[in-house]
Amino acid sequence: MKANIVPLDFEKPLNTLSKQINELEQKSSLVNGNKKLLIDLKTEYEKAKADIYKNLSPFDRVKIARHPQRPYAVDYINHISPSFYELHGDRTGKDDNAIIGGLIEIDGQTIMVVATQKGRNIKENQKRNFGMPSPEGYRKALRLFQHAEKFNMPIITLIDTPGAYPGLEAEAHNQSQAIALNLRELAGLTVPVISIVYGEGGSGGALAIGVANRILMLENSVYSVISPEGCAAILWRTREKASEAAKALKITAKDLYELGIADEVIPEPVGGAHYNIEETCKNVLSSIKKHLDVLNKLNGEELRKDRQEKFRKIGEYIQG
Amino acid sequence: MGLKDFFKNRQLKKAAKQQIEMPSIELKSIPSDETLCTLWTKCQSCNQLLYTSELKKELSVCKHCDHHSRLTAMERIEQLVDYGTFIEIDYDVLPTDPLTFSDLKPYKDRLQHAEKSSSAKEAIVTGIGSIDNQPVAIGSMEFQYIGGSMGSVVGEKITRLIEKAIKKRLPLILISSSGGARMHEGILSLMQMAKTSSALKELHDAGLLYISLLTEPTFGGVTASFAMLGDILVAEPKARIGFAGRRVIEETIRQKLPKDFQTAEYLLLNGQIDMVVHRKELKKVFSDLVRLHTQNDKKFFFNDELVLNVKDTPLLAKV
Repeated sequence: MKANIVPLDFEKPLNTLSKQINELEQKSSLVNGNKKLLIDLKTEYEKAKADIYKNLSPFDRVKIARHPQRPYAVDYINHISPSFYELHGDRTGKDDNAIIGGLIEIDGQTIMVVATQKGRNIKENQKRNFGMPSPEGYRKALRLFQHAEKFNMPIITLIDTPGAYPGLEAEAHNQSQAIALNLRELAGLTVPVISIVYGEGGSGGALAIGVANRILMLENSVYSVISPEGCAAILWRTREKASEAAKALKITAKDLYELGIADEVIPEPVGGAHYNIEETCKNVLSSIKKHLDVLNKLNGEELRKDRQEKFRKIGEYIQG
Repeated sequence: MGLKDFFKNRQLKKAAKQQIEMPSIELKSIPSDETLCTLWTKCQSCNQLLYTSELKKELSVCKHCDHHSRLTAMERIEQLVDYGTFIEIDYDVLPTDPLTFSDLKPYKDRLQHAEKSSSAKEAIVTGIGSIDNQPVAIGSMEFQYIGGSMGSVVGEKITRLIEKAIKKRLPLILISSSGGARMHEGILSLMQMAKTSSALKELHDAGLLYISLLTEPTFGGVTASFAMLGDILVAEPKARIGFAGRRVIEETIRQKLPKDFQTAEYLLLNGQIDMVVHRKELKKVFSDLVRLHTQNDKKFFFNDELVLNVKDTPLLAKV
């Protein structure tokens, strides 16, 4: 276990073991007994590691998805593109920093990236509003989508948000209309759109930049109609049952893949993306390239139809 | 039920108790106490007792305080559509339990209970009808059915209605009354927002009119998708409409919200909707709006025919 990583509650046994191993290793001269102990500890550590990460509950994955050291949009952008020209503002009065967007390049193709962005500390989070966009953020996103459409650029959206901001000003500025309009306009675009959920896919706030030809999810990301805590508070009448709600709602990447909503689950290093950011970004980039290759071959009308058909099929009901 | 029926029912009940045959009264079954109680309705806003049949005549608007009480999906349609013209479609699209969801109660049981308590089969009724002889595609949500929540069936029925409107080139009217997306169908419910909005993109590009009526209450995933995408947005007086619920916002920003926050009137002041219309005016307003948005088409169509007739003239053919 990397020393600088904050352990999650289910990782505590691992953390204790790894501390013991480190202590032993730092002792300069090892007597035979210690050597054996070290080997034993290491095997125990590996066994515990395999055990813990193989049997992660849905709510454990929620915790990984919310890990404060998990890579954020800016990290991915910096790793997958040599340059990033950020574009700002909704042109009607505000620049919402919970949503970022701009131009990147992959294999000589210009791409518009639009993403939700959380902050790493309190100061950053004041600026980023904990990754909860305001209507102005969604309107900035829409402006960038239309820009991409005009210049024939594929769009990649990176999603990690607890949800759209539920505030007084957000309501007064029509949060619902901002989201609704994005859903409708994304559906009509004639450029490829790929969405990658890399952390929390928080309901309508996530979907507002997620109506895509391909929805990709990182292994430990989640995507849900409501937060497990919110669902538990309403249906179980206590937030304590969040873990059960997380299970019932079917929110993990694997669940969404099985439900036919996610098109691919992008693998993460053991323990989660924050254990090896380079490797995660490499996996993300190769997955983007793979899907972009396919979508680049379709013309505008085909792309629009492909996207609309993807969502047209979703839903289960009985007839007759 | 009128007063006469009320007394007849009472007599019949008495007779049933005493096991006396009363052949002169022609009522099919003995009404329950519940039915008897429906003679009077208490206004939820001013607590005044209202004579039910009179209240229905007033379109369920309280004559004392003007409170617009909630309507069922079918009552809504009856009030707006010309008598006898409504044809329901997709009534056989029924809910299932895709996630085998269970909280304190299994979702399957909740569905059964909802069907019993609301006497509706899902949270929306869709179909084709006429408003002052103008055909429209119309959908009306049923709040009594799991809070009018949108799951797969609501999304599917709305999408099919939109597709029908596009195919038949009809104006679309959707009447919302919903708490938002249905949690019990998880991510599938969320995706219905994208599905309905995507269908509305096609309707929009086809140049067809969509009027959205927002009624008490409309929230969450429904407001954040099809309900807010109308070309014209109409709300009923005092209806509460918003994205997040009042309590969630108060907990987030840790301050009390103004009393009129998220009411139809507040939305009108903030430029979010076009008009607040009293229930008694609704049919006329809808009829006028449909006429105003379609009569030019007919004129253009007439012009097209003219152009077709004289298409040999190159100058006119270009018009």
